Amino acid sequence: MTGILEAIRAALPSAGVELLQNPSPCAQHSLIVCPKDARAVAEFLRNSLGYDFCSNVSGVDWPARKVKETIVRKETVEGVETEVKETVEREIPGFLEAVYHVFSISKRSGVLTLRVRTGNRTDDVSIPSLTPVWKSADFQEREAYDLFGIRFDGHPDLRRILMWDEFADHPMRKDYNPPDDFEYEPTPHDEILVKVKARTEAA
Amino acid sequence: MLDEELKADLQKRGIFVASFEDLYNWGRKNSLWPLQFGLACCAIEMIATAAARFDMARFGAEVFRPSPRQADLMIIAGTVTKKMAPLVVRLYNQMPEPKYVIAMGACAISGGPFKEGYNVLKGIDRYIPVDVAIPGCPPRPEALLEGLIKLQEKIQGQRLFGPHRARHADTDDAADYPVPAYGAHDLEPALNPRIFRPDPPRRAGE
Repeated sequence: MTGILEAIRAALPSAGVELLQNPSPCAQHSLIVCPKDARAVAEFLRNSLGYDFCSNVSGVDWPARKVKETIVRKETVEGVETEVKETVEREIPGFLEAVYHVFSISKRSGVLTLRVRTGNRTDDVSIPSLTPVWKSADFQEREAYDLFGIRFDGHPDLRRILMWDEFADHPMRKDYNPPDDFEYEPTPHDEILVKVKARTEAA
Repeated sequence: MLDEELKADLQKRGIFVASFEDLYNWGRKNSLWPLQFGLACCAIEMIATAAARFDMARFGAEVFRPSPRQADLMIIAGTVTKKMAPLVVRLYNQMPEPKYVIAMGACAISGGPFKEGYNVLKGIDRYIPVDVAIPGCPPRPEALLEGLIKLQEKIQGQRLFGPHRARHADTDDAADYPVPAYGAHDLEPALNPRIFRPDPPRRAGE
């Protein structure tokens, strides 16, 4: 993985590519590619490193989340140096992510994971399409657009693929609420029971 | 109505007496023509039912028609997605009366394992009247045959005139069922209140 990263950096010095370590035993590290350079990096991977097959494109929704971090800092109080532990809460803004799994058939080399992240989850959701580089990404990018709302600039035919065209939501997002069409339940409970009571009282 | 005892007695003497209704229904029930379409894995079981081992032809229902205009039985074999539901309702509307519907499998009955999903219709009975529901995931071919026999029993017992006449003989009952439209969040309307009236909620033991 580091060899690939060095090759990309040598060929495209200005490209924004970082290595994201996976600390688990599987050690499936991935490359985070800046959206503006994604197309150039993908073309380099295909043309120079032989990554000729994109097997999988997935979307991931990362809502804004808070991370608690413990910082240890040294403080000098009345001439005595002590260690003070401090918990800092840091907010990571939300974003959407497209994950590409590419293989090299010609070199028989395994999976290379690319992650391309959008600016946020609301208005800055465009990333360049890699369909012009890997044709097999076509339908899967459409699926990521349909279910997550990631817009792929330069995609030849960016339409919904699973839901109907009139559909407005992106159902795989974490904050999606499915339509309220519960029905008869033999033992309604909790919030369903509240809804059921409201409906029967109204009728 | 003819006395059943007298009818049996006459039959022993070689005289067969039947009402027009009985003959008409007997003919109909033994030549059901299903519409040839499948929606998911239940369709594989439906194909198995039609094929040689189980042989639906023994019950007179082997003539799968590729056109709704020639079919009088709709076997909803599989998951009905919300994207597919308007097309299923439209096919149903295109079938000539009298027509019947078998909801085959958990998905067609209620949405099944996908009931809490966003894209699967929670039972086709929200839009079209279902005559026989066959539970299972998927039901075995024997179960589909059992459902077919139940439907035949229902057809045999249907009245064509009078206050308890069958749905298709009731001219007040509109034969067309509204086709739902694709909405921004769900199908619109989400159900047909004229035919979908779920039981009032109750708790176990009530």
